[in-house]
Amino acid sequence: MHYAKPGTANAIVDFDSHYDNFIGGEWVAPADGEYFDNVSPVDGQVFTKIARSKEADVSRALDAGHEAKAAWAATSVADRSRILNKIADRMEENLETLAVAETWDNGKPVREALAADIPNAIDHFRYFASVIRAQEGGVSQIDEDTVAYHFHEPLGVTGQIIPWNFPLLMMSWKVAPALAAGNCTVLKPAEQTPASINIWLELVHDLLPPGVLNVVQGFGLEAGKPLAQSDKVDKVAFTGETTTGRMIMQYASENIIPVTLELGGKSPNIFFADVMDKDDGFLDKAIEGFVMFALNNGEVCTCPSRALIDESIYDEFMDRALKKVKEIKGGDPLDTNTMIGAQASEEQLEKIISYFDIAEQEGAEVVTGGNRKKYEGEQAEGYYVEPTIFKGNNKMRVFQEEIFGPVVSVTTFKDNDEALEIANDTLYGLGAGVWSRNINTAYRFGRAIQAGRVWTNCFHEYPAHAAFGGYKKSGIGRENHLMMLDHYQQTKNLLVSYSEEPQGLF
Amino acid sequence: MVDRVRATDETINLIQKLEKKHGPLLFHQSGGCCDGSSPMCFPKDEFRVGKSDIYLGDIGGAPFYIAKDQYEYWKHTQLIIDVVKGRGGMFSVEGPEGVRFLLRSRVFTEEEREELQLSAT
Repeated sequence: MHYAKPGTANAIVDFDSHYDNFIGGEWVAPADGEYFDNVSPVDGQVFTKIARSKEADVSRALDAGHEAKAAWAATSVADRSRILNKIADRMEENLETLAVAETWDNGKPVREALAADIPNAIDHFRYFASVIRAQEGGVSQIDEDTVAYHFHEPLGVTGQIIPWNFPLLMMSWKVAPALAAGNCTVLKPAEQTPASINIWLELVHDLLPPGVLNVVQGFGLEAGKPLAQSDKVDKVAFTGETTTGRMIMQYASENIIPVTLELGGKSPNIFFADVMDKDDGFLDKAIEGFVMFALNNGEVCTCPSRALIDESIYDEFMDRALKKVKEIKGGDPLDTNTMIGAQASEEQLEKIISYFDIAEQEGAEVVTGGNRKKYEGEQAEGYYVEPTIFKGNNKMRVFQEEIFGPVVSVTTFKDNDEALEIANDTLYGLGAGVWSRNINTAYRFGRAIQAGRVWTNCFHEYPAHAAFGGYKKSGIGRENHLMMLDHYQQTKNLLVSYSEEPQGLF
Repeated sequence: MVDRVRATDETINLIQKLEKKHGPLLFHQSGGCCDGSSPMCFPKDEFRVGKSDIYLGDIGGAPFYIAKDQYEYWKHTQLIIDVVKGRGGMFSVEGPEGVRFLLRSRVFTEEEREELQLSAT
């Protein structure tokens, strides 16, 4: 199936000519009236204009959040939960519309948006609608007369800055728990992908009380920075890279507020010799696990971008893997058969190409790919790259940096010790993959790898009920799972004495 | 001595333009997700350089820093800061100009490596 390009006949979604900010339940033009052009990476053409907000707009959004926060915090968890479930229902009813909007904004294949991004985003709203109702405070009996009560309270108004690789999914990862926990929020979408969230807001904006969710669009420097820096923000959540992560911590230190940071990784995907013991479904699954480097055009913080393969199976394994990689169908992202679409931006394309250059200089072997991909027709001006496999060693820069493209760097290991040494020889520790038919090997490696998520005999699954976050320079805090509510809540302790006798000190 | 970081002419022009708007600047090399591997450019007194950073040199009069542990993985390459059309860059000052600083790299020759090692000791 092929979806019509937005704005053409039979299109399932059309974008307006411009979009304002969403503040206090209304669409609000930016204070100084400036907008910026938004380009689709699919065809490189401008398709809408987006509010170019500044500090005054951010401040207005934060004020709207503060006006709404007392009533939202006092809204029963049953009611907050009901609203989140309604948001999920609206999204489900409009799944295809959201998927096509997401593809046009980001360039990802609609096949993935339909099967992964949007269903997963929906489930995040449902998950946090559920767990907030099941969350309990605590009662601790200190002694016969003294009781400590622990209550969860919202933080207030949170600032959330999200990336461009999964615009709607990252929105749901951040917004659903913040709202479930009773916070109001100001969200700053990435300026590379600011459009699809407007389609989402049009679908759900009437469900939330005004001011609970505010979306301020614009450039990082002009809108993101004043949000991170504001003394009206009670917590900042950020997904991005390390230098900006430091900057956000620096600003947070000025206000003494908490931050959560997800800063990426360079995930090892380790294939032990026993995956080749049989030619069966498990082997097919492992091969697919290798090819997962191309999911979302490789623009994933946990892209399995380093493949570590036991040297005894390398040739045979790579034969199979290469066949699968060659079957990846590239092209029009709006075609449901397309498996790899456009990189999200021109700059991203340039960056990937700069890594092809350094890989060549460092002597990495190009197993396949290694070039920009040009198409005829509609996609001629889009940002496309060939799925690429390099072979080399872990000291090469393509093994150490998140390229954020459909690029995997492959190396071999002699034994388990070497596999572990290579896996952990990185600045980051977000994701990892372990593939083995031996449960003891898989378990021990999973525990020994310094990463927050070790996919074991699977990869790239993101259920709401599993904690996600980084070790080392990959960040601070967790997303998904009930435990992330801790990052959006204060603990209130009432320490109550039921004794009617003085303590006897004075 | 060989430069550990250098800039293209276009980069130097852009730095001069940005300095007029934002005052003295510094660069810090990022890593990780999304805009990771991009050099970030901030007003000089805005970003706190710490003991975990190493100074690689000046480009266009602006000092260029990188985290020490990241440098360990990168030190065999010369960093060449270029400019491309683009959007984003988080809080980096060139974002609103519709361009991005982009990192290109060159592997040092044997002689250059020796020279750098000598100067490091």
